[in-house]
Amino acid sequence: MGRRPDGPLQPPPVQRLRLRYAKRGRLRFTSHRDFQRALERALRRAQLPVAFSQGFSPHPRISYAGAAPTGVASEAEYVEIALTRRCDLEAVRTALDESLPAGLDVLEVVEADTPDLAARLQASVWLVRLPGVTAAAAATATSRFLAADAVEVERLTRQGRRRMDARAPVVRIDVLGDAEADGGSEEDGCAILRVVVRHVTPAVRPDDVLTGLRVVADLAPPSPPLVTRLAQGPLDEQAGTVADPLTADRQPTELPTGRLDRG
Amino acid sequence: MPGDVPVESLFPRLESLLPRVQKPIQYVGGELNAVVKEWATADVRWCLMYPDAYEVGLPNQGVQILYEVLNEQPGVLAERTYSVWPDLEALMREHGVPQFTVDAHRPVGAFDLFGVSFSTELGYTNLLTALDLAGIPLEATDRTDDHPIVIAGGHAAFNPEPIADFLDAAVLGDGEEIVLAVTEVVREWKREGSPGGREELLRRLAVSGGVYVPRFYDVDYLPDGRIKRVAPNRPGVPWRVAKHTVMDLDRWPYPKQPLVPLAETVHERMSVEIFRGCTRGCRFCQAGMITRPVRERSITGIGDMVQAGLAATGFEEVGLLSLSSADHSEIGAVAKGLADRYDGTNTSLSLPSTRVDAFNVTLAGELSRGGRRSGLTFAPEGGSERIRRVINKMVSEDDLIRTVTTAYAHGWRQVKLYFMCGLPTETDEDVLQIAELAKRVISAGRQAAGRGDIRCTVSIGGFVPKPHTPFQWAAQLDHETTDARLGKLRDAIRSDRRYAKAIGFRYHDGKPGIVEGLLSRGDRRIGRVIKAVWAEGGRFDGWSEHFSFDRWMRCADAGLAGEPVDVSWYTTRERDHAEVLPWDHLDAGLDREWLWEDWQDALSEVEVEDCRWTPCYDCGVCPGMGTEIQVGPTGRQLLPLTPSRAG
Repeated sequence: MGRRPDGPLQPPPVQRLRLRYAKRGRLRFTSHRDFQRALERALRRAQLPVAFSQGFSPHPRISYAGAAPTGVASEAEYVEIALTRRCDLEAVRTALDESLPAGLDVLEVVEADTPDLAARLQASVWLVRLPGVTAAAAATATSRFLAADAVEVERLTRQGRRRMDARAPVVRIDVLGDAEADGGSEEDGCAILRVVVRHVTPAVRPDDVLTGLRVVADLAPPSPPLVTRLAQGPLDEQAGTVADPLTADRQPTELPTGRLDRG
Repeated sequence: MPGDVPVESLFPRLESLLPRVQKPIQYVGGELNAVVKEWATADVRWCLMYPDAYEVGLPNQGVQILYEVLNEQPGVLAERTYSVWPDLEALMREHGVPQFTVDAHRPVGAFDLFGVSFSTELGYTNLLTALDLAGIPLEATDRTDDHPIVIAGGHAAFNPEPIADFLDAAVLGDGEEIVLAVTEVVREWKREGSPGGREELLRRLAVSGGVYVPRFYDVDYLPDGRIKRVAPNRPGVPWRVAKHTVMDLDRWPYPKQPLVPLAETVHERMSVEIFRGCTRGCRFCQAGMITRPVRERSITGIGDMVQAGLAATGFEEVGLLSLSSADHSEIGAVAKGLADRYDGTNTSLSLPSTRVDAFNVTLAGELSRGGRRSGLTFAPEGGSERIRRVINKMVSEDDLIRTVTTAYAHGWRQVKLYFMCGLPTETDEDVLQIAELAKRVISAGRQAAGRGDIRCTVSIGGFVPKPHTPFQWAAQLDHETTDARLGKLRDAIRSDRRYAKAIGFRYHDGKPGIVEGLLSRGDRRIGRVIKAVWAEGGRFDGWSEHFSFDRWMRCADAGLAGEPVDVSWYTTRERDHAEVLPWDHLDAGLDREWLWEDWQDALSEVEVEDCRWTPCYDCGVCPGMGTEIQVGPTGRQLLPLTPSRAG
């Protein structure tokens, strides 16, 4: 029995798909690595013909784009997968969604007809619920934050303390008013912020913006905020809006073989 | 028992704590194949626990099997709980959130039964944390009808005496049938309106003969500290409680729907148990002694479980589990059949626990067709021929060299060798022989591989004598001598520059082994030590960053003050034939006289063959337990799978 140093020959990818998925409810506590494992297993359970890399230890051809932090829910996470056989998009969506635990939900599958999805993910819209914080208090803090030129915050990372400007990447913040009683107790209210943040390096995350609100206005929610990413995609700087990054894929161009993103 | 009022999910209260702890995903449940039943649909409700962190406990096969066996029953509900890390424990105490299940986040205290599976004694302090967080009194006799019945299982339950104060009951052996029997007793008693309360339920369980209820046994001691006798203290309770043995593994193809966690765990694979029990007769091995006889799953049963399990989970690796997997009578056909079936599917197969045998290299090659050949592991256990005769590990040095040579010649670059230090009759010489062995392995390996970059890792830990083995009478080596011996071995390996770089050396220091030894062969007097250690903050004793030897010794000194016994009495003292051992009233099927003879044979370096291919040597298990060896070959083959879809 001879050793095969090159490993088995893997069939080539023939179809590239882009998926939008949601991370909901208690499954918002899945880390990005947790999701990767869950997705790979779901692809196997759904018996989808995932393409594998060549070589001695083949791995599935999946690429992930900017994942939401652990503990943050999302309605707009994106991943690309390559298949060795053309499949019906809706069939893929259904099969994969059924194979993932409820709470990791596949919302849309499109064929990747355009290059470089990651470059289109320029900004995110975050919905931040602040149980125990009134809309008025949130509005005051927000206007102070937006009025500042820079708001330096510190985050504890595994590498140690990291300082960054939380103000610069924030495009806009809207205070949506108090939520219904499903947040904190009724008398305290539950302010809801809608925050548009540009993707920068190092990343400024919603909790960095909240730290910024504490820095400028001493806003300290009594219980942990609930954060949901509503969208990520191309940013309209003027309007402060974020567009759907898959629009281009849904309307295929005339170019017959425009797969420039072959990795 | 707690009443049948509906219980609310604790999740809303837990949720706000989760952003403040490490790896919150381990507490949210939602695993693929997890089962959540309506509270009201069940009349008997089990909470099952593996008393370690989720990442260790979730893959545990015992818990997964019982979880599924119980949940398949109409009117029975089973949920799981695991130990919470100290960061969450502190927050739960601060916010009054009790121990919860991960399935429906119900409070553990609301269940009828709280079953805890102990693979090792180092989970004892974690049991106390869970009880305390659940609001269940630590001492079993302080519990009322409002508290669950706390019942222990797993290998450590073969001597539950150190935790007897904290248990209502314990069961020995295979759990599949006894959990259902216990369920029936509880169901009947509840249907009758719970006559006589908790005490009556425990009495019914005890008189059934299959459940050990510690409070129904009195332990008397001799003035010198040895046990005088252990006797039942009420009518109908048997003198000895026997272990349970499931026959015909093909009838128990569990887990059928293995749990697939979201969190990362220690075993990222699906496991199929290909046989249970082992009669190789290694004298140090408690698992091999207490799980007799060997019962094989058939080749087709294995094939079906692999197929169904992969479809249910999406795992990319299948482990063929047992105590010595290559000993399955049809392992060659199993390996080839599975390798053929899953060729080209990027599914890998692994065979943990293989013996030192060149045939096993061929097997491993079959299973890793086209895949990685990173490392193979073998366990010679003892360094010298002499000590291997003492422990009945029937492997010669030439066997080992032949085996590793085959491995290196077939493309493996790394071989791991497991050893123990502190075996009975062992001297420095026996252990230093490991260095010579490792050098011979490298030298033969370099020749076979035709290259110099091969490696061998020596991994060694201290031996802990266990109940129900021929070494149950043996003196454990003290940790100072263990550490000194390991130091000499390290120096011997490092000193030879021709080999030093090719031989890795990993060892565990001797101190945790002394605590494990204290808990393994302890009696009821150790309960107060465990409680004191826990009260002083002892948690997660299997984790080096949490384990404190000094705390254990301090609490043992205090707890045993005034007794004629101390830690060394329990650990480094050799027992004689007449001494009543704390677990003598618990019947693993092994004839005590046979165990003693095997202990004497060990001292005389006499080996005993495996009874699967030589005549029975009367260990006592089969006639005593009404069981028999169930091995193949069946002569059947695994047929290729019909693909369910093209691709």
